Amino acid sequence: MQNHAYSGRQLALPLASVFAAIILTIGTLLGSSGAANAQQTTASSDRIWHDLKGDVFGDRAILVDTGVVRIEAPKRAQDAAIVPVDIYLDPAKAPDGIKSVTLIIDANPAPVAATFQLGKDAGVTHLSTRVRVNDYSYLRAIAETQGGQLHMAQTFVKASGGCSAPAVKNQDEANATMGQMKLRQFPPKETMTKTEELQLMIRHPNNSGLQRDPLTQYFIPAHFVQKLSISQAGQPILSMEGGISISEDPNFRFDFTVHGNGEIQVEAIDTDGKTFRNQWPLETAGL
Amino acid sequence: MSIDRLRRRLVSGFACTAASAALLPCCLGRAVLAAGGSSRFSLRQIADGLFAFQGADELMTAANDGAICNLGAVVGTDAVAVIDSGGSLIEAQAFLAAIGKVTAKPVRFLVNTHMHPDHIFGNAAFREIGATIVGHRNLPRALDARGAFYLHNYREQLGEALMEGVEIVSPTMLVDDHLQLDLGGRMIELRAWKAAHTDNDLTVFDTVTRTLFAGDLVFMGSLPTLDGSLLGWLRQMDALTAIDAARVVPGHGPITADWPQALAGERRYFEVLARDIRKAIVDGTPLREAVKTAGESERDNWHLFDDYNERNATAAFAELEWE
Repeated sequence: MQNHAYSGRQLALPLASVFAAIILTIGTLLGSSGAANAQQTTASSDRIWHDLKGDVFGDRAILVDTGVVRIEAPKRAQDAAIVPVDIYLDPAKAPDGIKSVTLIIDANPAPVAATFQLGKDAGVTHLSTRVRVNDYSYLRAIAETQGGQLHMAQTFVKASGGCSAPAVKNQDEANATMGQMKLRQFPPKETMTKTEELQLMIRHPNNSGLQRDPLTQYFIPAHFVQKLSISQAGQPILSMEGGISISEDPNFRFDFTVHGNGEIQVEAIDTDGKTFRNQWPLETAGL
Repeated sequence: MSIDRLRRRLVSGFACTAASAALLPCCLGRAVLAAGGSSRFSLRQIADGLFAFQGADELMTAANDGAICNLGAVVGTDAVAVIDSGGSLIEAQAFLAAIGKVTAKPVRFLVNTHMHPDHIFGNAAFREIGATIVGHRNLPRALDARGAFYLHNYREQLGEALMEGVEIVSPTMLVDDHLQLDLGGRMIELRAWKAAHTDNDLTVFDTVTRTLFAGDLVFMGSLPTLDGSLLGWLRQMDALTAIDAARVVPGHGPITADWPQALAGERRYFEVLARDIRKAIVDGTPLREAVKTAGESERDNWHLFDDYNERNATAAFAELEWE
């Protein structure tokens, strides 16, 4: 699959190495003096974003709150490891179509949570996933139109209190079940439409790489789902390049426009180069 | 009201406005453990050679010195084993001072029942006196993944003064399955559990008095928190029940309770939560909506319900979706 959105010079590096570099930097900070830092505020989150956006989008203009994209998340993260986030796209406000959405969590060790490429005729207007939120932070969704305009929406999330940490809860189980997938198909809410909702779940620890090997004391390399593509009848619906800010057992729920009766196919590739594939018949075939 | 009392109220009122809402009820009690040595830290004898401290049914705050979980000490003829180190170095030092008043035997073991800060933030105090720190085989891995986050996150909640000297200190003696420690004239049995409250839960059973130190596998009064596996916890309820104990020291709640009746409340809560979440999943309700109402009928049965129920529901939803 082509990564047509990454034509800018700033993104000539594979996104994964950007993730890795940022993870390493923050990991070093946390390991030394970072632990003493106070929690982030809206202002400090904005400062992080100000420094970060050039690395992700170069010096391109970003339009804010135009209605092309909206983002919703709980005001306070309940479980730091599993924070639900909803992104809504309004095709009426972007007549030339939206080709991608990037999800940013300013204060996380890996701020670029994911970039989603949207299939040209996929009709995706709503996408929800779950992310880790390490600190008080803005969550930002930046949509790019086919014409190359950038539109942003943001919402501030307070980190969870108490002992909830953005880490894998049941590591042995996560390792043992890695690669399993589950797809749920929600039938159209109204008859005579060709829009249905899918929920894709993938078993994967999506580990941070900030853990040490108990024997060697070296950091264990980050291990996460790096690429994901979802298609139906051979037509791309959604693809993702993601990092460790996506929760363990990555979970995506989205609507799309059904094309014919072809099956739904999913391919996921993690940072160890493992490829996980699966396919399911369309339950609403014959619509 | 006398001028003095009024002034004290005003002064404490200022202190309260400066503190976050969570600290309000206790803002007069700041650093009681620190200032008064063990004045507020009282160890009670619960059986022959067994002592315990009862934590507050609160969130960890600067005002309560992080002392929110129950701690235990088992005294043999040769040595003492301590169960959990508390939520700050200050609490751990008060704990050690209190142990010194009830026995002259050396503290040779610190057993961590799991990874959470209220149970392990005092570990450094035990390393300093040369105690061997014992934990579940998964505990070092869990602390590696969370330690930096805990230190960062709690600095805001507990304040610089209480975080002074707090370190993440991992166990050096690990329990794969079962392990016995000989304290002289009394054996304690350590048991590593499959993922439940966390993926590193360890219980301690004193064979002499048949007392179970359950750590946070047993919550009473304060809402249980789910940071491991709901299904794992429910699946192990029967194995927990089967432990032939005369009494339990729960991780949170009363200092001792009858066994296995002590499990009833938490078991009911988790069954209600699982039922509500399973229904939401079948109905196709998204996680964000489902967690707002799941478990709601349990609200009046627990302290800290609003602090933890939605979080538990979130974790439960993510787990039960895979059934």
